[in-house]
Amino acid sequence: MSEITLKEMSRKPDALICGGRLCAGCDETIVVRQVMKATRGPTIVTSATGCLEVSTSIFPYTSWEVPWMHCAFENVAALASGIEATIKAMHKKKEGPLAKYPTVDVISFAGDGGTYDIGLQALSGAIERGHDFTYVLIDNEAYMNTGIQRSGGTPFGASTTTSPAGKVILGKTETKKPIDEIIIAHGTPYVATINTAWPLDVMKKARKAIEVDGPTFLHSLAPCSRGWRFPPEKTVEIGRLATQTCVFPLFECRQEKGKPVYELSAPSLAIAKRPENKKPIEAYLEQQGRYRHFFRPARKEALLKELQESIDTRWQILCEKAGV
Amino acid sequence: MSERKRGWKTLPKGAVPYKSSKDYQTGDWGVAKPIIDRTRCSKCTLCHFFCPEGAITVRVDGYTEVNYDYCKGCGVCANECPVKCIKMEMKK
Ligand SMILES: Cc1ncc(C[n+]2csc(CCOP(=O)(O)OP(=O)(O)O)c2C)c(N)n1
Ligand code: SF4
Ligand code: SF4
Ligand code: SF4
Ligand SMILES: [Mg+2]
Repeated sequence: MSEITLKEMSRKPDALICGGRLCAGCDETIVVRQVMKATRGPTIVTSATGCLEVSTSIFPYTSWEVPWMHCAFENVAALASGIEATIKAMHKKKEGPLAKYPTVDVISFAGDGGTYDIGLQALSGAIERGHDFTYVLIDNEAYMNTGIQRSGGTPFGASTTTSPAGKVILGKTETKKPIDEIIIAHGTPYVATINTAWPLDVMKKARKAIEVDGPTFLHSLAPCSRGWRFPPEKTVEIGRLATQTCVFPLFECRQEKGKPVYELSAPSLAIAKRPENKKPIEAYLEQQGRYRHFFRPARKEALLKELQESIDTRWQILCEKAGV
Repeated sequence: MSERKRGWKTLPKGAVPYKSSKDYQTGDWGVAKPIIDRTRCSKCTLCHFFCPEGAITVRVDGYTEVNYDYCKGCGVCANECPVKCIKMEMKK
């Protein structure tokens, strides 16, 4: 098993290869490439329906160099549960094709639609039953593959095709579900937020998640040039801004004696220690067409203030939990 | 690509997409392509981790290299290179 350093990992072949058909500059494949670098050996992947699944398995082509399975939109975690239970049984009985491998990593990838909404009960069940697998939420904050519909993961104020900003509403009128808290409340042994702008942090967290016994959850924010409306070369830059503005702070949460223990990751810890480095949310919002109505035709001061305050409050709550 | 696709009767069990997507080149998607100036490259390897296509690999000498058969010309590598030694050049 190779150590997680940029040098070592840059030499490890990709599990997801060229020739996929996601949009140019899509963060979904960056997430997958970085997470899959951290696998220990034989790995089985399950994917929920969404851009990643559709565009990496267009008949007769597959972009997956590892065993990969898609079944339905809502059951990616159930699929992983079955696979993990099978591996366990083979190990216990010392028979079957997977018995000879000391470890087989099971990883699920699902979008926000597939996690916040349609796959939530399968995920909740898999965590409650304690299956040993890693669930990776690729959160681009809308149902992108079917044309940018709002989901439970779409943030307040974002314009989507089913929460269009105009004369009637100013983007989504509801707030984003606190998915990390929902998963942590299950007593999940390891939960972390990840951002592809910090590849080493992503890979280290992914390795931790894979090594932990039991269900683990990685939440990535995945900027989408189509749905968020920005030029494709800005994908990683906008993701980075989400963390620098504390819209998407980076942290880990493990369980110790039945208590969740939060820890801020380096990029967010640096902001907690020197709050003057925290960027205003405008820096993040103004680069994206889905928030255009915050600035044009007129700047919506009240709306910006409301959003900034809610981000500040959430950030403060997280800092308190992490004891900083 | 003109060959007939297999039907369900002849597909291997449980493995529906049966060809590697390496056979599907996406190199003609982009209007621009990245050019790496190796005289300034610091061999940080970050462009390899940021490329959505996995089209940037690290050579034995530590420099990175773009596979233009698959590069979609998104420009993420050029935007992120810490020493700004990748330039997007319009294709002719
Ligand atoms: C049961 C079911 N309902 C609806 C669809 C149609 N559908 C396919 S992909 C998709 C959107 C997926 O959104 P998300 O999970 O956020 O992933 P993304 O495409 O954004 O990565 C939808 C609604 C489906 N395939 N199955
Ligand atoms: S719509 Fe968004 S998530 Fe889907 S492939 Fe394009 S950039 Fe990626
Ligand atoms: S332009 Fe995009 S696809 Fe091409 S090498 Fe750079 S990051 Fe990869
Ligand atoms: S990101 Fe720039 S400096 Fe780093 S390896 Fe790539 S080309 Fe070289
Ligand atoms: Mg989505």
